[in-house]
Amino acid sequence: MPEPKTAEEKFQERLAAWLSTEGKPFESGEIARTYKERAKRFMDVVDLKEPKQVPTVMMAAGFVAAYGGISLADTFYDAEKTAQANRKYLEDFQPEYLLAGGGMPIGKALDILGYTMYKWPGGDLPDDTPFQFVEGEYMPVEEYDQLIRNPEGYVLRNYYPRIFKNLKGLENLPSFFEPAEIVGVAKLLMPLATPQMQETLGKIAEAIEYLRSGIDAAMQSSTENLGRFGVPSLASTLTFAPFDLLADSMRGTRGALTDMYRCPDKLLAACDALVDASVRMGIAGGLPGGPFVCIPLHKGADAFMSKEQFEKFYWPSFKAQLEGIIEAGMIPLPFVEGSYNNGRLDVIAASDLPAGKTVWLFDQTDMKLAKEKLGGFACIGGNVPSSLFATGTPEKMEDHCKKLIDDIAPGGGFFLAPGVVVDNAKPENVHAFLRTAGKFGVY
Amino acid sequence: MVDQSKALIEFIADMKEEEALALAKEMLGSGYDPLAILDHCRKAMEIVGQRFEAGEYFLPELMLAGEMLTQIGDEAKPLLKDSDSEGEVSSKGTVVIATVHGDLHDIGKNIVTFMLDINGYNVVDLGIDVPVDTIVESIKEHEPAVVGLSGFLTLAFDAMKETIEAIEEAGFREQTKIMIGGGQVDDNVKVYTGADAFGRNAMDAVSLCGGWIAQAV
Repeated sequence: MPEPKTAEEKFQERLAAWLSTEGKPFESGEIARTYKERAKRFMDVVDLKEPKQVPTVMMAAGFVAAYGGISLADTFYDAEKTAQANRKYLEDFQPEYLLAGGGMPIGKALDILGYTMYKWPGGDLPDDTPFQFVEGEYMPVEEYDQLIRNPEGYVLRNYYPRIFKNLKGLENLPSFFEPAEIVGVAKLLMPLATPQMQETLGKIAEAIEYLRSGIDAAMQSSTENLGRFGVPSLASTLTFAPFDLLADSMRGTRGALTDMYRCPDKLLAACDALVDASVRMGIAGGLPGGPFVCIPLHKGADAFMSKEQFEKFYWPSFKAQLEGIIEAGMIPLPFVEGSYNNGRLDVIAASDLPAGKTVWLFDQTDMKLAKEKLGGFACIGGNVPSSLFATGTPEKMEDHCKKLIDDIAPGGGFFLAPGVVVDNAKPENVHAFLRTAGKFGVY
Repeated sequence: MVDQSKALIEFIADMKEEEALALAKEMLGSGYDPLAILDHCRKAMEIVGQRFEAGEYFLPELMLAGEMLTQIGDEAKPLLKDSDSEGEVSSKGTVVIATVHGDLHDIGKNIVTFMLDINGYNVVDLGIDVPVDTIVESIKEHEPAVVGLSGFLTLAFDAMKETIEAIEEAGFREQTKIMIGGGQVDDNVKVYTGADAFGRNAMDAVSLCGGWIAQAV
């Protein structure tokens, strides 16, 4: 058997595939060169070097729809309109990179499955209201042990029937160890043949059918756009920190935070049990080749818990997740929503995570503090307020970005980015954001 | 008796849930005045609030304290006599609070409600995704000194602006101070929406109300 690849070998392979212009449908040699220059320039800041110019990473979500004249509901239900809006955005703004996007046409699949944990435009929400989580306790405290013993099995049989109202049949899934014995194959299949299970499997097949056409169209449009605009994608895949998986979508905010007092050992054991799944979510799927794994971070922020609680409950499983992703040859891109001004950056900087292997995107964290604590260890960006995009002026936008560049860019390891995905924006402010690095961010 | 009451306050304030509940039940079982129990709870909440303001307590403690209060309240309230006027504490003033329409987030708003409540304000919490008209109606009914508008999404900037314009049109703007808060709210948003002030956290909300209401008195 050949030697297994090391993390570094896996990373170099992935990186080479991402940087390469071979086999990508660039419309001209110039566009291919633009792509390569952008991708390499981003890797310069990941490697904590000074690039030729500060990379500017626009995260356009709802803005793509608004600018393209389509509703947010269209981004869930109409692949063709979504593709047109994405193309118009890329054409008119010529962003350097893609992170977040203008939507995936998954609305119909969500309807078929009866997904209840979110509300979305065109579903239960008005056409122009962004999708939102429905806060709730989707996993009662009594079920911790089941989750800890067998996370994926628990999720499939107990949790899915709760969050997908049309997948009740999953409650009766057989054990997948049945084929250990020849007769077991029959025991594996029999429960799948019941009317309730058949209905559930039928819903899944139906959802996939709708999804396939939408995803095919979205993939085709993203390939075309890559060829036309040469924009490297930084968001190949998405995952969540183990504590957030539990606190957002399973125990709920109230449940998870009070569990810190009521059953701290179970809470910690559950976070540990979710590390493996949270790594696999990060390294699986997404666009082929891209090295980055975006991890939006929620409940470990300053407003939610103390520094001590962060260190005890949030950080250990999150760190294990980061290590797992790096071990798989990828670069975690944690996106810190809210702020990490209270001691967390010290915890991160004092860890034994390798330098130059993570990229941190900040919402409202003090960037000077971030530079001070993480400089020489990790690449950082973000912090351009959503309010400037929505309510500011091009002058104010330029001033803010220039100051950020002046303060943080020296020495490298910095990219310019909004603090959150941009839904509401005046187009002139987006233009101002995108041109600032060219004016003030050339090294 | 004095020791028991002191212990109850400490158990709640120190997040000792089991001990607090057991002691409260024991006290009620031995004929302790349920009104006095509720008063101890209120004192404990004040300590929790102070520790939150001091950066010693965070959301886990506020949520657990809230749950202890509910559980003890559930035990004590059935024992109150009709003549007991529970909760008739004189309030510093009324605050109407809501997450604006289109936005379903309430974690931040609930903390503000909790902190204003334990700081002695009468808080009318209208919930999430609250239509403009409902807020205007509530102002008409409760005549609050302060209105707090909350929103997590950037979409809320416009909803806040609309709400404040409607309050103005209804003729209540002069008599009402308006504060806004939530995820992305900052000074730019304050100017954009026409609010009087914005707050970054629940302590800001408490001090804004304190400043405005002291002024009015």
